[in-house]
Amino acid sequence: MLLEPTVDGLWCEAGGFHVDPWRPVPLAVVTHAHADHATPGCGRYLASERTLDVMRVRFSKDLEGTPVDWGTPIELGQCRVSLHPAGHVLGSAQIRIECDAEVLCVTGDYKREADPTAEPFEVVPCDTLLTESTFGLPIYRWPDPSTVFERMNAWWRENAAAGRTTVFLSYAFGKAQRILAGLDASIGPIGVHGSLVGPNSVYTRAGIRLPDVLRADADSAATLAGGGAIVCPPSATGTPWIRRFNGPEGARMGFVSGWMQVRGRRRWRAVDRGFILSDHADWDGLISTVRASGARRVGVTHGSSEVLARYLQEKLELETFVVPTRYVGESPPTSAAPPEASTDEGVPDREREE
Amino acid sequence: MRRFTDLYLALDGTNSTAEKTAMLVDYFHSAPDADAAWVVAFLTGNRPKGTGATGLLRDLCLRHTGHPAWLFDECRSAVGDLSETVALLLPPPDTATDEPLHVVMRARVLALIGVDAEAKERIITEAWTVLDAESRLVYHKLVRGGFRVGVQRKTVAKALAKVAGVDLDLVVHRLTGRFRPTAADFRRLLDPPSPDEHLDRPYPFFLANGLEGEVESLGPPTDWVAEEKWDGIRAQLIVRNDSIRLWSRGEESIGPMFPELVAAAQLPPGTVLDGEVLIWGEHGPRSFFELQRRLNRRVAPAPQLSLFGEESARFIAYDLLESDGIDRRPEPFESRRSRLERLLAQRTADVIGISPLVPFADWSELAAIRNGCAGRGTEGLMLKRRESIYGVGRTRGEDGWIKWKVDPFTLDAVLIGAQPGSGRRANLHTDCTFAVWDRREEPACLVTFAKAYSGLDQAEIESLDRWIRTNTVARRGPFREVRPEQVFELAFEGIQRSTRHRSGLAVRFPRILRWRKDKPADEADDLETLAGLLPASGT
Repeated sequence: MLLEPTVDGLWCEAGGFHVDPWRPVPLAVVTHAHADHATPGCGRYLASERTLDVMRVRFSKDLEGTPVDWGTPIELGQCRVSLHPAGHVLGSAQIRIECDAEVLCVTGDYKREADPTAEPFEVVPCDTLLTESTFGLPIYRWPDPSTVFERMNAWWRENAAAGRTTVFLSYAFGKAQRILAGLDASIGPIGVHGSLVGPNSVYTRAGIRLPDVLRADADSAATLAGGGAIVCPPSATGTPWIRRFNGPEGARMGFVSGWMQVRGRRRWRAVDRGFILSDHADWDGLISTVRASGARRVGVTHGSSEVLARYLQEKLELETFVVPTRYVGESPPTSAAPPEASTDEGVPDREREE
Repeated sequence: MRRFTDLYLALDGTNSTAEKTAMLVDYFHSAPDADAAWVVAFLTGNRPKGTGATGLLRDLCLRHTGHPAWLFDECRSAVGDLSETVALLLPPPDTATDEPLHVVMRARVLALIGVDAEAKERIITEAWTVLDAESRLVYHKLVRGGFRVGVQRKTVAKALAKVAGVDLDLVVHRLTGRFRPTAADFRRLLDPPSPDEHLDRPYPFFLANGLEGEVESLGPPTDWVAEEKWDGIRAQLIVRNDSIRLWSRGEESIGPMFPELVAAAQLPPGTVLDGEVLIWGEHGPRSFFELQRRLNRRVAPAPQLSLFGEESARFIAYDLLESDGIDRRPEPFESRRSRLERLLAQRTADVIGISPLVPFADWSELAAIRNGCAGRGTEGLMLKRRESIYGVGRTRGEDGWIKWKVDPFTLDAVLIGAQPGSGRRANLHTDCTFAVWDRREEPACLVTFAKAYSGLDQAEIESLDRWIRTNTVARRGPFREVRPEQVFELAFEGIQRSTRHRSGLAVRFPRILRWRKDKPADEADDLETLAGLLPASGT
């Protein structure tokens, strides 16, 4: 196969590069700038321009990277490599690798729903598809995002009227900007956690329209308390930082994630509301993507790998295999969840006892 | 139905008791009485039993979705709830019709009872065509029975009291006993008070608190009386007009399980006694286990009465709540006690007995008596102030009843998770994690304090394992977090501060004494009680 799993991640012998390596390597082709896909410290990066922008904001200004234009192949060793939008977050790419008339595509993380803050997903016909499977169970079917945003705004309006600050918990890059773009700024002032400021600047520079926001800090606390909405990472829950924005009637926490499809998840987090909004493909999105690619061999990674692989084998009669990810002991979302810091869906990982 | 689904999701989506009350007030104001009646029934624990269609839900879902069974089971294990799994898997309905809750209950839930599998299938399939995805989740829960929402009974009573503009205690009393979900019964909850209205129901039980601090802190011993703390089923014996009823604290009518008590209760009409049902052996009260066997038997037909022979039940009365049809609860304990003694003095049958007062001159003498309670088959002592009235629910402080249990320490804890044991028990979840309520938080939350291995018998271990598997809400490796619903009585030898558990306390040699199926999770013990057991040095 064109890509082989190694201790550093997926390695392409024919092209002399790694895809989304999890340890520093000389040459990394990166799907997107989330921490579980982009590792700092590599010699050189090939990625979309936006992905490099975000990586520079988050890792280092002096990062050695070459932007690759959408759909324009470059030669690496004996391979032709091109990037195609994955629709996951701004700049997120699928990586198409062609070598000796064989085509392989690594989807990275992707979604099929419309999202004004990410380039729309493009189907890449291929022989072998490596697909993610974060939500690879048929219980995950996303509601129309516009309905979810209506609910989020209605909830904010309701909270503001009652003197309660509204807090949306979400990963700082990607989901957070998608939320900002969907919020109705006429309801009240919007405040953002410091970790959103860098990514926000990349989005605005890329011409994505985000509402005016305040950096949520001591200076803006009085403005935001009560009628405002705050977007911040889940790790801010329960900190003195978040408490300073409490309105006269306190604050309400809403968790924005695909995991919120399951009620037990919401209770586990003890949030007031869960909003089902994901940057990953749901079950139907995964199946239809596999079908549309025309691939005969499908590698499944990152999530419910075994389940999706078995289903594709039994139902679609495809050759399937499981591709290891960087997580040890990866298992369905209700068991050991990946650590919060490195997942874009912010799966809760609260220690219970011992 | 949609209105109820919204209420269910809203209640499920908030942790604030004040908000829950407000939501219920809204609902009771706006919903039709016939629907509101069902909601009261669901939320006060008078839930309809299952319709026996649980297995059918899975099979029908497989047929509708075309998913293989293994995929369904993967989903089921990720969701931790069968009702929700089926709701999430079904394709959305083409058109949803909004039927009132009571119509759904009659035509689509209760209609499932006693019909053949084919008819059940037809009813469920038709329900799926009219219910939207979220309402289906609620519907499945109704079909399966045991429908639970995280709302305390008291919250429901508060909301009703607010809607009706009547006293909270009155509503609590009206909710005591088995509430029938009809529009008329719902309206009766909201009526202005009337003199004869409580004739068919028990009084709200007055509950006891554990002793906090030293017994000397209670003041002069002459202000107090002591009784044995019986290890039985708390119950009210209600004799009114021509009916004799026995109501347990779990608000079940348990008369049919104890026919010999009902037969012996020839008391003047208008009498209500509070006391304890016990199985009496040759040497005094038998263990709670014997009682549970009787409870599990549900109904003992008359011809079998003789089988009980030596192991007959007794009702040990310790309070009189009503005599001559008059509510005596506002009278001081002493006065109620002398009425009780006069009433039972005329009787010779010892099936209905009286809980003797334990005489004592000072606290140290009482402490010594308490230490000997194991020999008398009781759990310790009850302390009641001579002047105290019979209150509603749990009253803290001197006016409440105080239970002074003997060592080892015991308390009622909520099971929050478990993992499989090893060896013979490798496939059974026997390694249990327990929590108590931290009521310093609003709303109260559960904090862990002990891991205990099952001290249950094999049948109970297996039954608990099944319950854990079907009530898992989350998994972390082999550890399953379960719905915080089951209460167990734990015993332990000592207690100390520790960072090992969330509660900040750890106990020595914790073990499960018994499964308190009769006790709702809300009534498990709290952190304050647990911390109150710390040795005086506090470390």
